[in-house]
Amino acid sequence: MKKAGGKTALKRSKEEDEEQNQIFNFNRKPADEDKDDDLSDSEDSVYSGLEDSGSDSEEEEGSDDDEEEGSDDNDDKMKEKKEGEVSEEKKKHEYEHDSSDEEDIRNTVGNIPMEWYKDFPHIGYNLDGKKIYKPIRNKDELDDFLDKMENPEYWRTVHDKQTGSDVVLSDDQVELVNRLQRGQFGDVNFNECEPMVEFFSSDVMIHPVTNRPADKRSFIPSLTEKEKVSKLVHAIKMGWIKPRRVEDDGRGRYYNLWASEDSSILARHKMHLPAPKIPLPGHHESYNPPPEYLFTDEERALWEQQDPADRKLPFVPRKYSSLRQVPAFSQFIHERFERCLDLYLCPRQRKMRVNVNPEDLIPQLPKPKDLQPFPTTRSLVYRGHSGLVRSISVSPSGQWLASGSDDGSVRFWEVCSSRCMKTVQVGGAVKSVAWNPNPSVCLLAVALDSVVLILSPSLADKQVILSSERLLSAQQEGEEPAEGNGSVVWSEAEGEELNQGLRLKIQHPKAVHQVVWHAKGDYLASVMPDNTSHLQVYIHQLSRRRSQNPFSRNKGLVQCISFHPIRPYFFVATQRSIRIYNLVKQEMTKKLQTNSKWISSMAVHPGGDHVICGSYDCKLSWFDLDLSTKPYKMLRHHKKAVRGVAYHRLYPLFASASDDGSVIVCHGTVYNDLLQNPLIVPVKVLRGHVMTHDLGVLDVTFHPTQPWVFSSGADATICLFT
Amino acid sequence: MGGLQKKKFERGSATNYITRNRARKKLQLSLPDFRRLCILKGIYPHEPKHKKKVNKGSTAPRTFYLLKDIRFLLHEPIVGKFREYKIFVRKLKKAYGKTEWSAVERLRENKPTYKLDHIIKERYPTFIDALRDIDDALCMCFLFSTFARTGKCHVQTIQLCRRLTVEWMNYVIASRSLRKVFLSIKGIYYQAEVMGQLITWVVPYQFSHDHPVDVDYRVMATFTELYTTLLGFVSFRLYSSLNLVYPPKLDSNGESEPKEESEDDYAMNSESYLEKLSALSASLARVVSSADEEEAQLDQFPSEGEDMEKMEAREKELKQQEAQKKLFEGLKFYLNREVPRESLAFVIRCFGGQVSWDKSVCIGSTYDVTDETITHQIIDRPSVGKQYINRYYIQPQWLYDCVNAKILLPVEDYFLGVTLPPHLSPFVEEKEGDYVPPEKLKMMALQRGEKPGNEQEEDEEEEEEEGEQEEEQEEDDNGDEEDDEEEVAEEKNLKKMEEQRSQGKSLHVKVTPGKLKVENKARLEQEEKAEEKRLAIMMMKKKEKYLYDKIMFGKKRKVREANKLAAKRKAHDDSEKAKKKKARK
Repeated sequence: MKKAGGKTALKRSKEEDEEQNQIFNFNRKPADEDKDDDLSDSEDSVYSGLEDSGSDSEEEEGSDDDEEEGSDDNDDKMKEKKEGEVSEEKKKHEYEHDSSDEEDIRNTVGNIPMEWYKDFPHIGYNLDGKKIYKPIRNKDELDDFLDKMENPEYWRTVHDKQTGSDVVLSDDQVELVNRLQRGQFGDVNFNECEPMVEFFSSDVMIHPVTNRPADKRSFIPSLTEKEKVSKLVHAIKMGWIKPRRVEDDGRGRYYNLWASEDSSILARHKMHLPAPKIPLPGHHESYNPPPEYLFTDEERALWEQQDPADRKLPFVPRKYSSLRQVPAFSQFIHERFERCLDLYLCPRQRKMRVNVNPEDLIPQLPKPKDLQPFPTTRSLVYRGHSGLVRSISVSPSGQWLASGSDDGSVRFWEVCSSRCMKTVQVGGAVKSVAWNPNPSVCLLAVALDSVVLILSPSLADKQVILSSERLLSAQQEGEEPAEGNGSVVWSEAEGEELNQGLRLKIQHPKAVHQVVWHAKGDYLASVMPDNTSHLQVYIHQLSRRRSQNPFSRNKGLVQCISFHPIRPYFFVATQRSIRIYNLVKQEMTKKLQTNSKWISSMAVHPGGDHVICGSYDCKLSWFDLDLSTKPYKMLRHHKKAVRGVAYHRLYPLFASASDDGSVIVCHGTVYNDLLQNPLIVPVKVLRGHVMTHDLGVLDVTFHPTQPWVFSSGADATICLFT
Repeated sequence: MGGLQKKKFERGSATNYITRNRARKKLQLSLPDFRRLCILKGIYPHEPKHKKKVNKGSTAPRTFYLLKDIRFLLHEPIVGKFREYKIFVRKLKKAYGKTEWSAVERLRENKPTYKLDHIIKERYPTFIDALRDIDDALCMCFLFSTFARTGKCHVQTIQLCRRLTVEWMNYVIASRSLRKVFLSIKGIYYQAEVMGQLITWVVPYQFSHDHPVDVDYRVMATFTELYTTLLGFVSFRLYSSLNLVYPPKLDSNGESEPKEESEDDYAMNSESYLEKLSALSASLARVVSSADEEEAQLDQFPSEGEDMEKMEAREKELKQQEAQKKLFEGLKFYLNREVPRESLAFVIRCFGGQVSWDKSVCIGSTYDVTDETITHQIIDRPSVGKQYINRYYIQPQWLYDCVNAKILLPVEDYFLGVTLPPHLSPFVEEKEGDYVPPEKLKMMALQRGEKPGNEQEEDEEEEEEEGEQEEEQEEDDNGDEEDDEEEVAEEKNLKKMEEQRSQGKSLHVKVTPGKLKVENKARLEQEEKAEEKRLAIMMMKKKEKYLYDKIMFGKKRKVREANKLAAKRKAHDDSEKAKKKKARK
């Protein structure tokens, strides 16, 4: 109480600027109060509620000492003041302690703006209710200024608004103001850094901080806690809460994984396909590649144009003059990522790469050298025709060669000298020529337009010529006008034609394409291809001048025909098949399927058991008549349509002529043993004809005795290969 | 006709395959989990032989897995872990949503993890299997170890990758098993022979990565997870095979001991230790303090004929390898600041050289620039200030070329400021008929021990020879056409005659002195053979012919490409020569 009174006194004194000592007193106040608190166990204490903070007497004592020491200096002054003011303090004590407007008690207007009293002569009321009058202001600006200039106390003069008087501050007050401005404590003697008193420490005091008895709850176990614990226990029991895991689960901790390479772990199943490794980089990828690996401008343009998937290289080769200039590769992460995708997303399949030596694929055939003789070189060229030579034929003696051309002439050549012995103008494109195979006669059948001419070239012994003349004339006597066939007309050549060697004309109803002789030389057959009628083939008998149409029904467009060399068989090739007829029994014996689109030519082996047939779709098929009706072998040697095929009469050779300008000679051995299939070996590709109008070689035929082959071409020449 | 009717697609290949979606449903996994599982277990789709049959008649594009594979996945314990993880995520989300931080913490502490050890063992039953497949693992780890430690993937992964790659490099150095190095525009390729397996990996150049947006890093991270495990186990095994301590420790009784000790004082935590290890300058500690390594001598077995030859060849190869291993022994290198330190240090140490660098570049330098015993200084700048007289200043390519050539190449071509010779890929093995760059020929000559006399002349000769060879080749190729040409010539003659004839109407009969036609026997024989072959080809069956044509087409294309390269080179050389001549004038 005393202290509190002191405090108010102090305040007042400050106001009044009279008792300077009071300032000190005021400043001391907190310490005193502290002391009071400590001693009196005040109930405001912040710590009062805490039970466990044991009271520590030692500390208290210590603090007391401190306080005493700190206050020693001012003891004397304090005592003086106390004595002087006891009465006053006691009087006003209660009122002032908790009032807010204790500042100035001389003027009772309170804390209001003083302007309100501007127009009044007074400025408020004193405690007794009397007006406090404003001091008479005789000071104007000038006085003020003079005051400022002359009064040495001016700087410390303060105007008190509430009283309206000027107050001159004392030295101590000025000092106080300065200190406060500097942010220091008002009291000079106040120690800011006094040691802190540890009220609550680890030391157990004999006296408690509070003397309150312990709560009941501190003796009884807590129910809520129990509930919580039991919950946890249950959770642990149930495995819901697991003990804290041990740190480092073995990541980055390695051991010898393959210590026991036991076979208990099964190897991957058989279908496992290991991923292929990334191909290793080539010279292209070097940072400094050889110059040839760099792109030229065109290559670069091409690379840029191409779709990324089509590019051969996924990058452009670059050259850097030194290692430090090499930049980062922008696609690096991409490439890795692609690889990852490939590894787990790309479907894998085992592809059997054919690792075949191409040489092994080539069939082992007997060497052509061992299969000689066969024609190898072009030795003679027969020139003279002016149109393409469609057909050639060699005389049975092998001395003469007849050729029919589109220029309307038939020429006779001597084989050995390539001299043209004779030219017969027949007046029309010659489609086919055929020499009578009978060596005792010398006759040539020529097909042009719708006529078949029989020529007697008189290029043989007199004997032969005579016999052939006899053959032609003998029948004249027999049954001259025996032509009852209607459509075919036999007539004799006359006059000029006779001189040229023309003997007979057989007029057909339609254009004749081919004419062939029977091996005996008495019969000849002609073809008039026509899709619509059965009148396509005629067989003529020369000795009796008789013609007959063997077929009564149309079986398709007849392409070519042939007689069997030995037996009475007749081969008719239609567009896609070959029919074999028995002439004696007058029935079809076989039908061969050629598997080609359009047959162009056909030849019968002199043995009679094999047939070859060329077609416009570049194929040559070999039939073994004893074996099957399907081709025994299909040869696709030519690049263009096959125009003509031929067998050699003595040697095991056959040749095919094609529009690609080549004649291919093959060796085809036919064994007498029926069990052994013929062996076919191509032995030579002969070239010599020039392509004209997309046509190459048109006809091919063998020499009857020598291993020579003749070919006639669209370039109006005939070649002899020996 | 008795019995039940057979239903389609209920037997045969249709039952052996399963589509991805069905597999996923069978395993009850989400697509990302399925993906992870496939990556970890190494399951991949198969392309069925008859897709339509497997696809039950439909031709829709589908990916198929083998049913066996999927069944095999059913029993994988990791699938359970995936589910656990899924649950964990769900719980965590819930806890977050309820802001129960203690629960979040507890959950995080118990985050489910899994180990891949058993998967590694299962996928690679033997150690050699693992080695065979380690290429991709190395590439990936080397890539990840260069990532910046921000975003993209966990820092721990990057650190682990770095650690494993450093361990790998140290192993390669210790075992001296590096064989080939190649500087490509993508990165640096290395090839090492470890336990008889050729292992190739590529390391990107040391730049920060420009991370592409269209790359799924989760996939790569999953792969890396597997690969780090694999690589760790492989490293362990490899280290123990060399009696090295694992995890690797630096050999403390090396030359650089005192220095290290001093550094030990202030920092020797794992990070700086790794850094020191990654400096690649010190040798590793061994479990058994090693006596000098015994080199396995090939025992001599009495053998005959072919075996003998083979043995000799092998012996020779071994000797060569031994020589290569000691390629840089006795040489002392110093790396300038601008050269790729790690790569060069790795290569040099792999071949027994000593290497050091500036202290400021990296930890672990062993000697200074001023060291007088340095024999080679690797430098990659146009000029250098102070040059020591007793050492070569060479560009880094020399080292790599030496390694690939297996001999010390002449240093002249690689001096400071000299235009470097092309750097060739050591992985290309030219077969007959392939294009061989002239530089490679030169190198091969050097390997054989031939001294390049007058280089340029030789070059030219070589080129000429090559040219001839090529011509010959072409002739061979065009063998068939030649005949045609002759024939064409003949034809021409004939034509001329014909023309004359048509003009003069009579052939000029003239006897000209005959020319002796020289018949080249060999050539004739060759031609005959060629013709024989052509005729035989005509007789081939259709199927075989097709195959043959295909093979021959490929061969011809190869030849064409080789010719193209040769022509390009020739053009380039010619232009170079012309330039030189101009410059001389």
